[in-house]
Amino acid sequence: MEKAIVLNIQRFSPHDGEGIRTTIFFKGCGLHCTWCHNPESQSYKKEVMVFEERCKQCGYCIEHCERNALREKEGKIVVDREKCVMCGDCVENCPYSALEMAGEYYTTDEIVTEAKKDMIIYDESNGGVTLSGGEVMSQNIDFLIELCEKLDRHGIRVNIDTCGLAPAESYRKIVRYIDTFLYDIKTINEEIHRNHIGDGLEKILDNLKLVNDLGGSINIRMPIIGGVNDSDLEIDEVLGWLIDNKISVKQINLLPYHNTGSGKYDRIGKEYKGKNLEIPSDDTMERIKNKFAESGFNNIFIGG
Amino acid sequence: MESRGMNERIRKLREESTSIDPSIYIERADLFTDAYLKYDGSMSVPEMRATAFKYFMENKSLCINYGELIVGEKGDGPQKAPTFPELCCHTLEDMHVMNDRELIGFSVTEADLKLQEEKIIPYWSKRSVREKILASMTDQWKDAYGAGIFTEFMEQRGPGHTVGSTKIYEKGFLDYKAEIAEELNKIDYLKDPEALSRQEQLKGMDIACDAIIILGERYAKLAREMAESETDEKRKEELLEIAKNCDVVPANKPETYWQAIQMYWFVHLGVTTELNPWDAFSPGRLDQHLYPFYKKDIESEILNDEKALELLESLWIKFNNQPAPPKVGVTLKESSTYTDFANINTGGITADGQDGVNEVSYLILDCMDEMKLLQPSSNVQISRKTPQKFLKRACEVSREGWGQPAFYNTEAIIQELLNAGKTIEDARLGGTSGCVETGAFGNEAYILTGYFNLPKILELTLNNGYDEVAKKQLGLKLGYAEDFKSYEELYEAYKKQIEHFIDIKVQGSNVIETIYAKYMPVPFLSVITNDCIKTGKDYNAGGARYNTNYIQGVGIGTITDSLASIKYNVFDKDKFTMKELVDAMKDNFVGHDRIYNLVQNKTPKYGNDDDYADDIMVDVFKTYQGMVTGRPNMKGGTYRVNMLPTTCHVYFGEVMLASPNGRLAHKPLSEGISPEKGADTKGPSAVIRSAAKMDHLSTGGTLLNQKFTPSVVAGEGGLDNMANLVRSYFTMDGHHIQFNVIDKEILIKAQENPEEYKDLIVRVAGYSDHFRNLSKALQDEIIGRTEQNFN
Repeated sequence: MEKAIVLNIQRFSPHDGEGIRTTIFFKGCGLHCTWCHNPESQSYKKEVMVFEERCKQCGYCIEHCERNALREKEGKIVVDREKCVMCGDCVENCPYSALEMAGEYYTTDEIVTEAKKDMIIYDESNGGVTLSGGEVMSQNIDFLIELCEKLDRHGIRVNIDTCGLAPAESYRKIVRYIDTFLYDIKTINEEIHRNHIGDGLEKILDNLKLVNDLGGSINIRMPIIGGVNDSDLEIDEVLGWLIDNKISVKQINLLPYHNTGSGKYDRIGKEYKGKNLEIPSDDTMERIKNKFAESGFNNIFIGG
Repeated sequence: MESRGMNERIRKLREESTSIDPSIYIERADLFTDAYLKYDGSMSVPEMRATAFKYFMENKSLCINYGELIVGEKGDGPQKAPTFPELCCHTLEDMHVMNDRELIGFSVTEADLKLQEEKIIPYWSKRSVREKILASMTDQWKDAYGAGIFTEFMEQRGPGHTVGSTKIYEKGFLDYKAEIAEELNKIDYLKDPEALSRQEQLKGMDIACDAIIILGERYAKLAREMAESETDEKRKEELLEIAKNCDVVPANKPETYWQAIQMYWFVHLGVTTELNPWDAFSPGRLDQHLYPFYKKDIESEILNDEKALELLESLWIKFNNQPAPPKVGVTLKESSTYTDFANINTGGITADGQDGVNEVSYLILDCMDEMKLLQPSSNVQISRKTPQKFLKRACEVSREGWGQPAFYNTEAIIQELLNAGKTIEDARLGGTSGCVETGAFGNEAYILTGYFNLPKILELTLNNGYDEVAKKQLGLKLGYAEDFKSYEELYEAYKKQIEHFIDIKVQGSNVIETIYAKYMPVPFLSVITNDCIKTGKDYNAGGARYNTNYIQGVGIGTITDSLASIKYNVFDKDKFTMKELVDAMKDNFVGHDRIYNLVQNKTPKYGNDDDYADDIMVDVFKTYQGMVTGRPNMKGGTYRVNMLPTTCHVYFGEVMLASPNGRLAHKPLSEGISPEKGADTKGPSAVIRSAAKMDHLSTGGTLLNQKFTPSVVAGEGGLDNMANLVRSYFTMDGHHIQFNVIDKEILIKAQENPEEYKDLIVRVAGYSDHFRNLSKALQDEIIGRTEQNFN
């Protein structure tokens, strides 16, 4: 049976659409936002994470790794990601839980089993499952369709949280299974996109139009990054685009940037490139919220 | 609903109630001793008990506090704790301990000490029930008790923890006297071998009715006297109104909402000064009881919501004015809480099965919200029929972070009561009192007999029944840890050890129960408990319609994770040997980091909706429940189980070495049916799913704590989350859930600077307490309870 790589299954998650939900975070994303607070969700492969603060440098992992993929460098455990085959022995046996594995393979049935556990809570709260990531839409679409069909058989409703960077065909296929798309828009400025996010702006916007044209229900989620996309100019551009393209928006969540993810980069041996990003002030958030409201949008929330 | 805030009167009374330091009220002991010196030997035991009670009511000092609308104190003023030397007689050392200790002290005067030394101790030290109990217990019982295998509630407090009949709102004590006279007339002295006993009991009950009527008359007189000299016209009028109320109740049935509350309060004073009924007597379904009076008074325009709320708040202050009587001996020293355990049930359904939420229910929530007092402890019963508005208003009060109200599942309570043989009507009028224990209010004597330490028994099972802490052979000799060749063999031995100790516990409880029936009847409580008059039997002797004894299982999270650890690591996955585990435990896991990490972080644990661990929880629960349920007690009823700890999980942890799940030596056990500290990592829905795999309906109550930070329950969405969690858990037949909505940082600060956080109230178990009054260990425990996150 085909499997997909999942980073985490988060139960009792109230912020990913209506009601209380179980959110499935798939691993792997085509974008590399400088502010990403889940850098371990970017790679499509499993990764060993090193929690430096827990490590007591006992050397157990170095001694026992059959691939010699672990070594000490300046008092820290470093994973040689070329050599590591993600067997998980070090994770299992580290006496201090200083090593953890990001990513695990799941079949659709295994995901459904987890999702079904909170059916009573979905019923009480009008909740359901949210497929998120990483970028869930960049996973194998046949796997996702099968998953949606199985969830539907149990009456579990599905939301999709997407950045928009995935084949148009995938959106076309899945739209009829989905309650609400939580669609990220960060900017429509190509330069900002290239510098901070990566390629693919056009595709992202086309897919949003496509989902809208296919009648998909859309919530817009917009991360607000100080010094990147929080100026009136940037916001006006986004508003203008949404209006020009007649995107029907049910709800808008403005998500202020926070730097809680910065410490996570070390764990997977990556460098955090968002050191100069600014946390937007409460005033900024209110100002942006008002701009959306003035342009005729409803249900605008800060956070969530 | 918008909060109106306390008025000036209530604010002053509340200030007084919360600022006075508790002290000992020696007059009760003094007057009871006088009565015994005067009458003992000249009459039967029930008549003697009632006569002493009447003597007390005739002679005790009265007080009406300035501005109050509901009158009567147990002592001669607020925050006075009576003592009960006939139950347990404080030594002089006890009195010094309670006076000198920093936390939860009771001041004792020189005159108190002198009286205790010269009069109370000489008369009672050899006569108290506690002496009789200790003399009757076997060495086996004493060893197990001393080692912390189980506790015994009635060693220094009487059976109680109960709720009286709703009939006190329909008839006065003159009517009760008429009913008693009728039953006395019916006694068949020709054929009934118990005729004399019935006569004695009924006569005692009759005297008890006189006692409470006298108290009412004395208060009426005092109120009139005070009115005469009162210069403030408004207060004068109030005092005359109070006098009029006391002319009516308790002798006659209450006519107004105000009188109904005063009636309850007189009854409360009667029950709690006649004997110490386990520090608790509760109004039960107060909104149901008061509603007919409320409706009538509103219609006749002598009451409005403002006044109705003020009177409720007056009652709340009366509760809070009564500290729980101080314990004796070791229990006094170790007791880390001293609130009474009154518990008010709001909501639920009516006797005919309709939604029970009415206007008074909402007023009670407002009252809780405004008063924020420890006592009375308040809860809501949530049924499928309960309006969402009521549930969300209750969530709104609860999320303010002081643990009240707790949430109870009406349908579960009813099914628990039906399972225990109650009629559907009696079940619908039932509820929970004390902590979480289910009872058929007004119709049942349901007695908590003591806590049972489930993890300690595994400790003994792994060590051939020998207790390394007490240095004694306590259990059966069934082998050592390494002798068990499979998990099944180990579990069989564990079962045998449980049965062995339940036998010892029940034998002791049966004897204690008989001692109470014989020497310590409670004629007043019997009058207001349905069927005692009809059967001519005392509450403590099986007079109530139903009679249940509960044994409360403690540490289900710890025992589950301990067994799961052995099964998973030693037998299923060969992570280490039994010997390695035993060695690690002996060393309190010091120097065994790898094993410690495996058992702590890499082993299935209860509270994560993981069947590997949860199946073990179900096994242990069924074993325990099966071994207790249905055993006969001495009152014609049976034993059943509860799963609640109060604060006993701290004590039970202290008497234990390290456990196989990585719990370190002498640390607290898991509390209630909540997961072991830090074990639940999958969020609140996983916790409630795990907890609901236990068959709550076969218990008499379970306790589940959930702690949330204020941020995650903020806003309308936060209320919805709480409400949805409650509804979901109750759909799964969960019995009870309560929330602590508190920042961990705040608690840590409060621990460091207690003076700055005097107001901080936290949910402890089935009740709340001031955080600064808790022992360090209990504070740590609350800080450590897993902080769930809604994000």
